Amino acid sequence: MGAQSLFEKVWNDHIVAAETSETPAVLYIDLHLTHEVTSPEAFNVLAARGLAVRRPDLTLATLDHSTPTVPVKTLKELDLLVESSAATQIRVMIENCAKLGIRLLGFDSDQRGIVHVIGPELGITQPGKTIVCGDSHTSTHGAFGALAFGIGTTEVAHVLASQCLLQRKPKTLAVNVQGRLQPGVTAKDVILAIIGRIGVGGGTGHVIEYRGSAISALSMDERMTVCNMSIEAGARAGMIAPDDTTIQYLSGRPLAPQGRDWESAVRRWRALPCDAGARFDREVDVDASVLAPMVTFGTNPGMVVPIDQPVPAGETASFAKSLAYMGVEAGKPMLGRPVDVVFIGSCTNSRLSDLRDAAQVFRGRKVSAGVRALVVPGSQAIKKQAEAEGLDQVFMAAGAEWRESGCSMCLGMNGDTVGRGQLCVSTSNRNFEGRQGVGARTVLASPLTAAASAVAGRVADPRQYLRG
Amino acid sequence: MEKFTTLTAIAAPLLMINVDTDAIIPSREMKKVSKTGLADGLFAAWRYTTPGGREENPDFVLNRGPYRQAKILLAGLNFGCGSSREHAAWALHEWGVRAILAPGFGNIFYGNCVRNGIVPVVIDNARVEAIAAQVERDPERNRVTVDLRQNLVTAPDGSTTTFALAPADREMLLEGLDAIAMTQKRDAEILAFQARDRERRPWIYP
Repeated sequence: MGAQSLFEKVWNDHIVAAETSETPAVLYIDLHLTHEVTSPEAFNVLAARGLAVRRPDLTLATLDHSTPTVPVKTLKELDLLVESSAATQIRVMIENCAKLGIRLLGFDSDQRGIVHVIGPELGITQPGKTIVCGDSHTSTHGAFGALAFGIGTTEVAHVLASQCLLQRKPKTLAVNVQGRLQPGVTAKDVILAIIGRIGVGGGTGHVIEYRGSAISALSMDERMTVCNMSIEAGARAGMIAPDDTTIQYLSGRPLAPQGRDWESAVRRWRALPCDAGARFDREVDVDASVLAPMVTFGTNPGMVVPIDQPVPAGETASFAKSLAYMGVEAGKPMLGRPVDVVFIGSCTNSRLSDLRDAAQVFRGRKVSAGVRALVVPGSQAIKKQAEAEGLDQVFMAAGAEWRESGCSMCLGMNGDTVGRGQLCVSTSNRNFEGRQGVGARTVLASPLTAAASAVAGRVADPRQYLRG
Repeated sequence: MEKFTTLTAIAAPLLMINVDTDAIIPSREMKKVSKTGLADGLFAAWRYTTPGGREENPDFVLNRGPYRQAKILLAGLNFGCGSSREHAAWALHEWGVRAILAPGFGNIFYGNCVRNGIVPVVIDNARVEAIAAQVERDPERNRVTVDLRQNLVTAPDGSTTTFALAPADREMLLEGLDAIAMTQKRDAEILAFQARDRERRPWIYP
């Protein structure tokens, strides 16, 4: 076999039956993550056919999408904390997992959290694995050199029943990011800039591999932020080659390989990076050293500008509709626009380093009067770590709300929503119309920019809030 | 799954680009534990005048006259991008949509359509717009035909466009096949793979 890319190696390793011109490949799945919103109908399908879960041991469930971000002491009180329909989803998930022998990290677990945060944290997300979940941000796990992608609910049932998926081999896109990031510019700004560059459909049909010196220099938390938003460029998945940073991160995690298995696994992981001479279907080069903090101005993540630059003019009716929804005018910058809500959280930016970034800005400052700031850690473990460092005290002293983990205001299924017409600077991944609430206006940004905007009460440049 | 062979129906133009699955069905409309009862939430933010309400917005295409009976959507580039929620395909299907013509689709949504008996037809934007222009003159009379046996779209004026669909996807739609049942037939291969893989990568299996 000739020179192979990281993606090709992982793909080839999981072929149960090869793709033909007539039929897709049967691809083996190493890890299936599930949550309460996209799984119930899959469990219905299994029940209707009398099928068992083929590998409950390769399936891991959590509660995150519809869950309250206030403490849940007993399941009885769930209906008081979220809408009864959301409570039903949670109860059905608990019942299904118990019935089918699937490990569920529920309200009684200190390992519960956002599905894409806990996989890596537990060390069950590993290089070379195929990982799927009924959630498009499954691309997050690609930061470890896994092939990880979101699937629909019928496919969730397919994986539960067979531990396989029928897949056509996607194309490959190399995004080469070179150079050093300037202070105040983060992984979030890198991925927003990439999406702005290739567009929200630019990665459709492709798996992206992020490469180059700027990517190698990122921590695992930051790599996850980059891979997380691959889907916002339309890509099936995003991947980063495993290296010392990856291996160091995984070492000693509870569900990472142990002992002799660890040695064999690491040997295999070391062989995963792209071979010299491997070809990609497309390549894009990005210079990280010239990037500024980025903010979105429209209703998809590709509508993004450097924070101090004016909103561009567009020609299509869709573009005009988008600006009208946002109440934004072309030719004026987003900088300085009044802010109503700030959300720091989601599978994009809710890890410990994100919270530290935000706390760095909040320390000794106050959330501007009239602004609601919500900080939602990605997992219960992160919450505990943040509290051990005193970050919760920094947030609360600044006047921000400090919550239990969950998806929360990223998609507003649990009652954490943004009001009609309100502007929310959010560290999440989607600024779609109505995503955070009916009529809500979302500006996507980094945790630094979000925290700076909370303090200023306006969309603010984080570089003015950094301490030397 | 019901079979799709050919369909001649009213087509509704919704030509915006990048219509995401949050727009097709907002998360607040999908707090369900099955795939039924979702049609009411279809395009909720655009279809109704008040949030969470059910008073129809008379300007929205699917609330207008003959388009209420549309079975085909004419859509813009990257239709169904974003969230993997299959609720988007379920809601469209339950409302009555059986085919969508667009210059491109979000990948996950595309697969969700195929698995729910909705034909995702990729044809160029200029062609979608031309068909929409003909339809708008008289939606009731100017119907569009999607023939999956011939991979052919026929515009109201009789002009035709071919489209491509992967053979397995086409067969699944034509025959109303079910992927789970198909994969179950390959059980021996899957078990053999698992046995080999366990030797190679024991740490995958707890």
